[in-house]
Amino acid sequence: MLFEGTPFELDRLMIIRVLVGVLVALLFYVGMRGAKIVPKGFQNVVEIALDFVKTYISDDIIGKKDGDRFLPIIATIFFLTLFMNIPAVIPGLNISPNARIGMPLVMALVVYVVFIYAGAKKYGFFSFVGKSIVVPNLPPALHLLVVPIEFISTFVLRPATLTIRLMANMLAGHIMIVLLFSATNFFFWQFNGWTAVSLVTIIVAVAFTFFELLVIFLQAYIFALLAAVYIDLSLHADSH
Amino acid sequence: MNPIHILAAGEGEGLPLEETPNVLTPALYDIVWSLIPFAVVLFVFWKFVLPMFKRVLDERSERIEGGIERAEAAQSEAKAALDKYNAQLAEARVEAAKIRDDARAQGQQIIADMKAEANLEKDRIVAAGEQQLNAQRQQIVSELRGDLGRQSIDLAERLMGEQLSDSVHRSGTIDRFLADLDRVAGAGQK
Repeated sequence: MLFEGTPFELDRLMIIRVLVGVLVALLFYVGMRGAKIVPKGFQNVVEIALDFVKTYISDDIIGKKDGDRFLPIIATIFFLTLFMNIPAVIPGLNISPNARIGMPLVMALVVYVVFIYAGAKKYGFFSFVGKSIVVPNLPPALHLLVVPIEFISTFVLRPATLTIRLMANMLAGHIMIVLLFSATNFFFWQFNGWTAVSLVTIIVAVAFTFFELLVIFLQAYIFALLAAVYIDLSLHADSH
Repeated sequence: MNPIHILAAGEGEGLPLEETPNVLTPALYDIVWSLIPFAVVLFVFWKFVLPMFKRVLDERSERIEGGIERAEAAQSEAKAALDKYNAQLAEARVEAAKIRDDARAQGQQIIADMKAEANLEKDRIVAAGEQQLNAQRQQIVSELRGDLGRQSIDLAERLMGEQLSDSVHRSGTIDRFLADLDRVAGAGQK
């Protein structure tokens, strides 16, 4: 490990993170560098990817007007999450950097700051918080119950669930794949009746790897989608 | 990984699993190495990739809209030209009809004029012929009259053996006779 014991300690996952970050930045930079009206080759791929995020996440959830303002954050979250998830199924890497809590936490906190900023900018900070946690037209007694629930769900659970959902999914997938391949290895080298079991575990391991591919995309999509949803809810905090 | 943990392990006081960091508590370097790639990618997306993407999209839609507008302009222009052409054609048709009518009227006028002229000419010719005939008749009549008178006298002279050359007798008798003759001939002519 490089820089061990310092805040810049680089273990295997951190190196993957840096490489993936550079890769994402580079891919999109190269794709859009000298972008033409009539796209050719790699620009097409990059544009389809960006268009997916723009059309199906940002424009669809937030709307065209405000969507453009928050597209950089949403696109960054989507592509960074997606590309950081992919090492989960790359042989030799086998683990997503998102299985370590730092990356999901940082992205969740960014989303947290952004959706509070979006609401605060539109309504003013205290007005936004008030509108978010007070549901209008309720019997006064119910406010005692509803206000804490709304506060916790909006300002505590949102970042927590974002973080833990992604981290736990990638970690669980990693553990499952590791267990299945380890089991295969263990059973195969028995060279007795148990060796047959390794055939089952390897098939399940491969199947699980395909399932993990789905999770990789789905988790990136969910993270970006929820980020868009939270921003949109902040922009419409007064309509419960 | 944490110095304190390493220290603790060194003293042999903890169990191995106790040192395993909780998956929910991030280490500082974990946060640092999350922030840096995130910041880099965000910067590239925010300052370069997405503005470029937006510019390309805008330019593309502008091109398409411009193309549609141009096509619409061309279409309306063509329509205007067609309308103008049609108007001119209708005008030309009206004019042609007018010219045709004029020509027809003129032709009829000419025919009528010619007819009238021909009639006049015919009348004139007929009149001239009549006049000529009259004159010829007159001449013939007067010639005949002269001849007849002379021959009558000759005949009478021969018959009577008498000299009628006497101017008084002759002229009175002959003239009376001829006037009678004229009256008879005039009645026969009518």
